[in-house]
Order: sequence, then C-alpha cells, then structure tokens
Amino acid sequence: MTGLLESLGLAQSAELLSLSPPGWGGNLLRGLSNSLQIAFGAYALGLVIGLFGAYGKLYGGKVTRDLLAIYTTVIRAVPELVLILILYYVGSDIINKISAAVGGGRVEINGVAAGIWVLGVVQGAYATEILRGAIQAVPPGQIEAAKSYGMPAFMTMRRVTIPAMMSFAVPGLANLWLIATKDTALLAVVGFNELTLETRQAASSTRAYFTFFLSAGFLYLMVTLCSGVIFGRIEKWARRGQPSLTGGSK
Amino acid sequence: MISLRSLMQPHRVAMMLIFAGIVIWCAVSLQWDWLPKYAPLALQGIWTTIWLLVVTVVLGFCLAVPLGLAQAVGPWYLAAPAKAFCTIIRGTPLLLQLWLLYYGLGSLFPQFPWIRSSELWPYLRQAWPYAVLALTLSYAGYEGEVMRGAFKGVAKGQLEAAKSFGMPRLTMFRRIWLPQAIRNVLPTLGGETILQMKATPLVATITVVDIYAVSSRVRSDTFIIYEPLLLLAVFYILVAGLIAVAFHWLEVKVLGTGQEQR
Repeated sequence: MTGLLESLGLAQSAELLSLSPPGWGGNLLRGLSNSLQIAFGAYALGLVIGLFGAYGKLYGGKVTRDLLAIYTTVIRAVPELVLILILYYVGSDIINKISAAVGGGRVEINGVAAGIWVLGVVQGAYATEILRGAIQAVPPGQIEAAKSYGMPAFMTMRRVTIPAMMSFAVPGLANLWLIATKDTALLAVVGFNELTLETRQAASSTRAYFTFFLSAGFLYLMVTLCSGVIFGRIEKWARRGQPSLTGGSK
Repeated sequence: MISLRSLMQPHRVAMMLIFAGIVIWCAVSLQWDWLPKYAPLALQGIWTTIWLLVVTVVLGFCLAVPLGLAQAVGPWYLAAPAKAFCTIIRGTPLLLQLWLLYYGLGSLFPQFPWIRSSELWPYLRQAWPYAVLALTLSYAGYEGEVMRGAFKGVAKGQLEAAKSFGMPRLTMFRRIWLPQAIRNVLPTLGGETILQMKATPLVATITVVDIYAVSSRVRSDTFIIYEPLLLLAVFYILVAGLIAVAFHWLEVKVLGTGQEQR
C-alpha cells in the first residue's frame, strides 16, 4: 500500500491526510460531521416550516397567504450568503435581548444551532413551494372523501394527503437536500467550523491546497452520490403501486 | 401578471400601508449617514456584480451547449467526461470550487517562471479571473444538464425533415435544433440565471470587490450592521425581479414568433 502510494508520488498527501494529529484527516472528518449535522437539522426544520407554509398557502386566510408569498419570494430572491448574515445577526440580537430582559448576560450562540436556524429558514421557503405543488397535485377527490368520512384534519393530513403527495414531492425534496448539504459550505464565511472552513485552515497552514480542497470535494461528492442512491430508493417506495410514468415503454 | 384590481383588495391595501410605514420608519430612524461616503464604492461594486453575472452567464451558456450536446447524442468518449464534469460541478459547493481555483491555482502558477514572465501574469495575479472561471464552470455544469434534456426533447421528426431536405448538419443545428432546444428550456434558464446571481457574492471571499464586499466593508468600518445588509437585500431583490422580467419578455417574444410561423 505504502509502496503504491510512493510510486504514485502521493506519499506526502497521504501523510497530510492521515487521521492522527500530524495529519489533518481527523479535522476534515470532524468538519464533515458538523456539516452533516447542520444539513440534517436545517433540512428537518425546513420541512416543518414547509409543511405549515404549504398548508397556510393553500388553506390559510388572505393575509396568511400574502405574508407567505412575501416570505417565499424574498427568501428565494436574496443570495443565501446575505440571508445567513441577516438571520445570524437578527437571531443573536433577539436571544441577547431576551437574555438581558430575563436578567442574564450575553449568550454565546452555539454554531451548529445558529447554522440550523439560518439554513432552516432558507430551506423552509423552498420546501413550502415544493410541498404546495405536491399537495395540489393530489386528486382533490381523495381529500374530499376523507373529509366526508368525518376524518379530523390532522388525520387526513397524516393518512391521506402526505402519503398521496409523497411521490410528487420526493424529486424536489431530494434536490432540496442536495442544496442543504452544499449550502452548509456558506457558513464557512461566518466562521463555523464545517468542512469547507476546516479544509481551508488545513490547506493554508500546510500550503497543500490541491490535496485538501480535492479531498474535501471528494467527501462532498460522496455525500451527494450516496444521497442520490438513497433518494432513488425513497422515490421508488413513494411510487409503489402507481403506474410507471414512462407508460410501460421500457 | 398582477393586475391593479387584485392589488386594491382591502387587506392588501392595509399591508401596503404597513409596509410603507416600515420603509418610512427605516428611512427616518435608522442610520444612513454613511451612504454618501460609500456611494462611489457601492456603484463600482454594483457594476462588478452585474458585469460578473452577465459575462459568466454568457460564457457558461456557450460551454453548456457542447456539454449538453455531448451528453445527449455524443459518442461515449465525449458523453462520459461531460457527464462526469456536470456531476462534479453539481455535487460540490461552489465556494469550495472557488477556493480550489483561487488558492490552488494561485499558489501553483508562481512556481513556473514562464507563466510569471508571460503577458498574462498581471491578470493572473488578480482575483477576478478566478472568480470568472469558477462562476463560468459552475453555470456550465448546471446548464449542461439542462441542455442535455433540452436537446433530447426536440421532436425527432423535425430533425429528420431537415435531413431529408439535405440540410447540412451545422445548418440544421443552428436553424432547428438549437433554437427549439433553447425555446423549451427558457423558463428553466431564467431560474438558473437568478441562482447564478445569488452565487455572485461568493466572489467577495476571494477579494473581488462586488456589492456584497462593499456592504461588508461598511459593516466592519462603521459597525453598522443592519442598514447595509437591508440595502443589499433590496438590491438583489431588484436584480432578481429584473432578470425574471427580462426572461418573461424573452419568452413572450420567442414563443410569439414561434407561434406566428406555425
């Protein structure tokens, strides 16, 4: 193994990437785990916001609908980087004001929690649009049938709307998950120790830029490709029992 | 799109009044005295942002056409690299690509004396060529995938008809295949262009002074946090609106002429 690496001229890179302290591999993996934590949290928060947003947009009153329209339009028109800064400052200001009102001192904000809050609000806007489209694609007769059986609204949502809309929503949601993993990189700009920032620190202190940036790229790519496989399975599961879209030509 | 009557509903009028109130409150009670001092810099920043956006979208689209074509109908030795390129670009964050090019290439180039002595060196020492390169490749990667679908979506009969008229392949591509492919994906391209606009502030991290970098400078110089950020958000919303309107106009125009010919 070492002989092979040396013959390829990669011995130095392997040493830099080793997991034990002289190498920086451990730092990269810690960054990756931070990135994934933020991505998971933000995605979950985004889905919750999206579900409420979609219901509000479809069944809410006039004012709710207009407010949600403003929310999704503004979030989708402003660069994530700017939103991250605004939401980060707003969030820490609000928490500090509350803490001051209660009588506490300045609160240090946990990086992961801040990242989840910031990216979750951004993801929520996209999720709202995806889920709204998916709910609209469910044949209204199914929901009406549930209502006419006297099913409570929440049970209708759990038993009818969500299972029926899944097959329409999964492709969009898969895309959204990929956006979530890639957007965690933006948190590097505000100084969270996720994968991209760890990589940059490792690269600038060892001057081995290509080694580290390429290996971080490889890690991101692995996450993307694995997610693709997993979401492919989920989509198959969500479509079970439905006629194939290709019309049986294949 | 939005008619005047739909705006005149009572709850919307009330919301607009509240919104106007917020704007007036912002204008009166927030701190704006830094604006005149930074206005020239901000104009330069706006110019940089727009210029970057237009150049990278045009160059990226020119790259995306062969990428899409290679994936749609190319032989495997062209299709495979094109697909790999699109997957890599779409699977990794743009910020990482940008830093790889800027720090990686930027530290590699000075090692070669012939690059340092070449006429390109004064440009390669600046940051913007790397920004243009990274944003162009990114747009090309995303659009390559879009164009693949677009080229495949053009009806076969059209191409067969052109062939049977004895049209040369290049003419067929220029007159029939490309226009129809672009027409089909014009709405997607509009959305992708807005995404590209939202990617431009990343170049501030490699010292290109765009409008985002100007607002960061205001924030670090004066410790005023919200005012520059709010103004920045408004600027981006306006640009996004302009892009949406421009593509809508293009769609109406292109689809309009398409319908006339039928």
